[in-house]
Amino acid sequence: MAAFAVARSRCVLLSGLKASFKTFGQVKHGAASAAVAQSELQQQSRRWYSVSHLSVQERIDRKRNAALIGGGQKRIDAQHKRGKLTARERVELLLDKDSFVECDMFVEHRCSDFGMEEDHNKFAGDSVVTGQGRINGRLVYVFSQDFTVFGGSLSGAHAQKICKIMDQAMMVGAPVIGLNDSGGARIQEGVESLAGYADIFLRNVMASGVVPQISLIMGPCAGGAVYSPALTDFTFMVKDTSYLFITGPDVVKSVTNEDVTQEELGGAKTHTAVSGVAHRAFENDIDALLNLRNFFNFLPLSNQDPAPVTECHDPSDRLVPGLDTIVPFETTKAYDMLDIIQGITDEREFFEIMPNYAKNIVVGFARMNGRTVGIVGNQPKVASGCLDINSSVKGARFVRFCDAFNIPILTFVDVPGFLPGTSQEYGGIIRHGAKLLFAFAEATVPKITIITRKAYGGAYDVMSSKHLRGDVNYAWPSAEVAVMGAKVTQHTPERRCELRLAVCRGGRDGSQGNTTHLLHKTKVTQHPPERRCELRLAVCRGGCDGSQGNTTHLLHKTKVTQHTPERRCELRLAVCRGGRDGSQGNTTHLLHKTHLLHKTKVTQHTPERRCELRLAVCRGGRDGSQGNTTHT
Amino acid sequence: MITSTLRRVLLVAKHASFQSRCCVASSRVQYSTVYDSNEKTFDKILIANRGEIACRVMKTCKKMGIKTVAVHSDVDASAVHVKMADEAVCVGPAPTNKSYLNMDAIMDAIRKTGSQAVHPGYGFLSENKEFAKRLAAEDVVFIGPDTHAIHAMGDKIESKLLAKAANVNVIPGFDGVVENVEDAVKIAGDIGYPVMIKASAGGGGKGMRIAWNDDETREGFRLSSQEAASSFGDDRLLIEKFVDNPRHIEIQVLADKHGNALWLNERECSIQRRNQKVVEEAPSTFLDPETRRAMGEQAVQLAKAVHYSSAGTVEFLVDSNKNFYFLEMNTRLQVEHPITECITGLDLVQQMIRVAKGFPLLHKQEDIPINGWAIESRVYAEDPYKSFGLPSIGRLSQYQEPINLPKVRVDSGIQEGSDISIYYDPMISKLVTYGATRAEALQRMEAALDNYVIRGVTHNIPLLREIITHPRFISGDITTNFLPEEYPEGFKGHQLTSEGRRELVATAAALYVSNWCWNIECSNEMTLWPPWQVEVDGVTVEVSGEWNLASALLPVTINRTPRVLQCLSRDAGGDITLQYLGTQFKVRVLSQLVSTLSAHMPEKVPEDTSSILRSPMPGSVVAVSVKPGDVVAEGQEICVIEAMKMQNSLIAAKAAKVKSVHCKAGETVGEGDLLVQLE
Repeated sequence: MAAFAVARSRCVLLSGLKASFKTFGQVKHGAASAAVAQSELQQQSRRWYSVSHLSVQERIDRKRNAALIGGGQKRIDAQHKRGKLTARERVELLLDKDSFVECDMFVEHRCSDFGMEEDHNKFAGDSVVTGQGRINGRLVYVFSQDFTVFGGSLSGAHAQKICKIMDQAMMVGAPVIGLNDSGGARIQEGVESLAGYADIFLRNVMASGVVPQISLIMGPCAGGAVYSPALTDFTFMVKDTSYLFITGPDVVKSVTNEDVTQEELGGAKTHTAVSGVAHRAFENDIDALLNLRNFFNFLPLSNQDPAPVTECHDPSDRLVPGLDTIVPFETTKAYDMLDIIQGITDEREFFEIMPNYAKNIVVGFARMNGRTVGIVGNQPKVASGCLDINSSVKGARFVRFCDAFNIPILTFVDVPGFLPGTSQEYGGIIRHGAKLLFAFAEATVPKITIITRKAYGGAYDVMSSKHLRGDVNYAWPSAEVAVMGAKVTQHTPERRCELRLAVCRGGRDGSQGNTTHLLHKTKVTQHPPERRCELRLAVCRGGCDGSQGNTTHLLHKTKVTQHTPERRCELRLAVCRGGRDGSQGNTTHLLHKTHLLHKTKVTQHTPERRCELRLAVCRGGRDGSQGNTTHT
Repeated sequence: MITSTLRRVLLVAKHASFQSRCCVASSRVQYSTVYDSNEKTFDKILIANRGEIACRVMKTCKKMGIKTVAVHSDVDASAVHVKMADEAVCVGPAPTNKSYLNMDAIMDAIRKTGSQAVHPGYGFLSENKEFAKRLAAEDVVFIGPDTHAIHAMGDKIESKLLAKAANVNVIPGFDGVVENVEDAVKIAGDIGYPVMIKASAGGGGKGMRIAWNDDETREGFRLSSQEAASSFGDDRLLIEKFVDNPRHIEIQVLADKHGNALWLNERECSIQRRNQKVVEEAPSTFLDPETRRAMGEQAVQLAKAVHYSSAGTVEFLVDSNKNFYFLEMNTRLQVEHPITECITGLDLVQQMIRVAKGFPLLHKQEDIPINGWAIESRVYAEDPYKSFGLPSIGRLSQYQEPINLPKVRVDSGIQEGSDISIYYDPMISKLVTYGATRAEALQRMEAALDNYVIRGVTHNIPLLREIITHPRFISGDITTNFLPEEYPEGFKGHQLTSEGRRELVATAAALYVSNWCWNIECSNEMTLWPPWQVEVDGVTVEVSGEWNLASALLPVTINRTPRVLQCLSRDAGGDITLQYLGTQFKVRVLSQLVSTLSAHMPEKVPEDTSSILRSPMPGSVVAVSVKPGDVVAEGQEICVIEAMKMQNSLIAAKAAKVKSVHCKAGETVGEGDLLVQLE
């Protein structure tokens, strides 16, 4: 770092280059020439330059200038008129001043069909700007698609440039930020372009869990291109100017006869509130880039790096009197979990992820005593804070990210259970709820859980319970941990059983959970109500020792071990294919193998088939296993 | 690393010692009273009130060694006054008529806890003679005057007759009920215009009309009687002379059951909005010793005439020639009693308790001093930009009282995390400052307001700070019409001078740069930043400060002038909200590059508000006068929202067809909730 700075300053001193973007090459050149000795430069000035030597210098300068204006001033103006910045302006805003080191500035596309080989169709750097830089002094790799060149469409060269920095990022362990603004595949290049996408997807997958990947959608992003942002850890959008969809409104109209605008189909509002594809949306390009800088401060550079520690002005032993009154006495009254979160975090700052999607769970980053923590909390203000499909998926993905990047997880629990109903069951709440359970259970980062009010039923188990390797589980003095609310237990045993079944059905956690719970329940219900209440309190205070959980696990294992190895393997595979939701830690490991196996299988196919297969896999979305694998 | 940790420890320690020290200091300031432990009063007192006044009474009870019982509604179960009390009894659900006004429940609580006396505070049951009677029937002492005095002073007409009989100056007017319109015109002519027509049972500005001629008298009579009938169920009216440039000055009296009565000087309460006091001070800048004595003596005469005991307040209107007229007598402890306590050193609550037990007053009139000057600002959870204050609700996410400053007293019944709900008075606290001179007290008030941290609810500190720094207020030339006269267009917040603007901008810029420096990875060491030189409009401003970004307060030195600002919000986009001189200002700090590029950013069109109607405040919907499909004219009433006992009618901003209605009568709505959509 120091050497770099010295080199740069000398370079500035020596050459006094005024170009707004200093490439790495320039810096190196500066440093090198400084080393060569100044006297030589003086000699050179006396020497008779050859014409060709001059023209090389000139050609480089010309090329550099051409690269700097991308698709030309006219297109830049058009871009500005749309309220968007150019690729280079964005990079400049995102990174620290003068820290951007560009690579592949002169790369041009290699297409020779449809007149693309002509000079006026060649642009230095093609439709993407790539390189490395620093955000608040921390290394990051960036690519920024240039809409002014062929609408930012992805050519083979374009993809190669992106792949190059992604490979480098993985090698050195630094995050990748993609600024997407692209019309899609470059049609003239055909399958070359598609292959380019796939190359990027592969790297997205390989980098998952290794370095943080962030996508910022700043323009259109349609068709196959959408999978790259979807594979990255975080996807942010710019309101009103960015779109993400598989097919545009015209195709939608022709296929399903639906009339829908671009904004409705894939605008920032849709993806942050309805689909949950994007994690957050910002007002405009500038707002988005500045917020991204801020967000970057929370993240470690890679899974080998600790998250940055900032000097903390907020005393860690600060008293928060508001916490005494925040949880209402009435169990049915709502309160805002964000009040608790902001009360305890440094400087009351909380960077919420997906604030408008599945609002019944709150996830995001904050700092405690200067260190990044990931916070997950049920939000009693929305749908009583119950867990449903969307909130489980939202929570699971966030927890997995924290686990992959050594970010401790703080969980605030106030959960009445899983949301019952046919829409949830048909939607596969069991499968999705298991993802959250899985994520919490597998996470090996420090886990602190605070039960603020209710922790009922299976949802109690799921929300980073002690039995899922929670490090410390605390409870508010007024917290209730129970199989279900006190009201329900007043029914007759028969009715209770029915209700319980109903709850289980609505609430999902598998047959083993049921049995244990029933056992537990029966025992508890034999006590008089006072004693029951006491017991419940005791359980809260003790943090629940969870013998039942253990038993179940052991039981299960024994069962499985009774099978023949082949059968076991089959079973495990079945589980894997079924979406690997179970509590079976073992299967995870096998899963990797399955994946590898799968790969070998894939490699036996023809390249075309492979490509297809890969695409198919990519479309399957990324529900986490990939990240994991890499991480392990 | 060691040094920074050490520093933090030191900071915490400093903070902790601060608080305890100033508690001692401020209590020393307030009272010269000696709490005689041999003087046995009561064992246990129930405080039939909530909020700051309940806490205030309990503080004195604790000093006197009396056990306290709090009553509370459901929602107040964890309120400060409940925590402070030795015992607490829930008396019902949130609405006041079911809890704090629920006499049966309160009587039950008294029996259950064995309380010997009840302090009613102000408001609620404090001037309810029925309550006093019921207490007397059960041999429980009512800490306040006896039923007779409450009854006599509760009725405006009767109190006026009594005052006249006691040789107290009363406003020229007709001592009796006005029969009809013609009668009204005749009486008005006798008194001489302008006259004021008001409801006999009235209060709070309802059923009040000013008339300058016969026609206006006729109209005023008609409207006032309607209003009086609907508001109080009593359409009796009276007419009196309207006093020009009136000041509202009141005399605190204190009487015992042995015929002794004292006047404890005056309080100037002229700064009002909608007939509710905002800023009070004692003494008044307007009174000379003769007038003061004359007023005091008349007040004592009145108190003696009704055999008054306990603390009470005689309100006067004073015109520009120092003529004073009796207005009414409040037979309770007033909200603004702390300023009298500050200048006299008496603990009024202690005196009330002593008197209630039957002890004679220990002081003589000549023992009552005027020591220095005290000013009280009522800090309300309300939006001062909407007709000088419409109630706002919310949770106090951050709350810090400026009690670390010298000679500052804060009477409050809330703490960080408390909810300001729609059920009760939106007062957050009473901020009292005290000084040897008025200027000193005012200066302390400025500092106290700057150091007062309130987050989570909209508050009226911008208005308070503007009032106390207003040249006209400083000169003492005030009337009850101060606010509407000085802010005819409504309150707009502090208007920045060019120097103020420079200071604000420079501070915001310095804050931005400091924050930016902290973000850079290499600056792990806690460094004291050199003063920032900020050039604003060609003028260099020097800003220095500690830039502790976690603190709610931002003490800075701008061009060697120390100031306390507050940073309310700060985001990555460079938007900073600062509270500067009381008012909140939004500042956007952009780097050169960002500001150049900002030119390309599209302007976002804000939501068209003329076709939607949102609730301007939290409250409940009383009536909805339209349904979907109706055609409304511009200005037509669409619905009525009731908040804090006030009905507000919401009107259509344009002529249109009603598209949808999102509220029904009886519903509770929050601020900004969509009520009705027009096409």
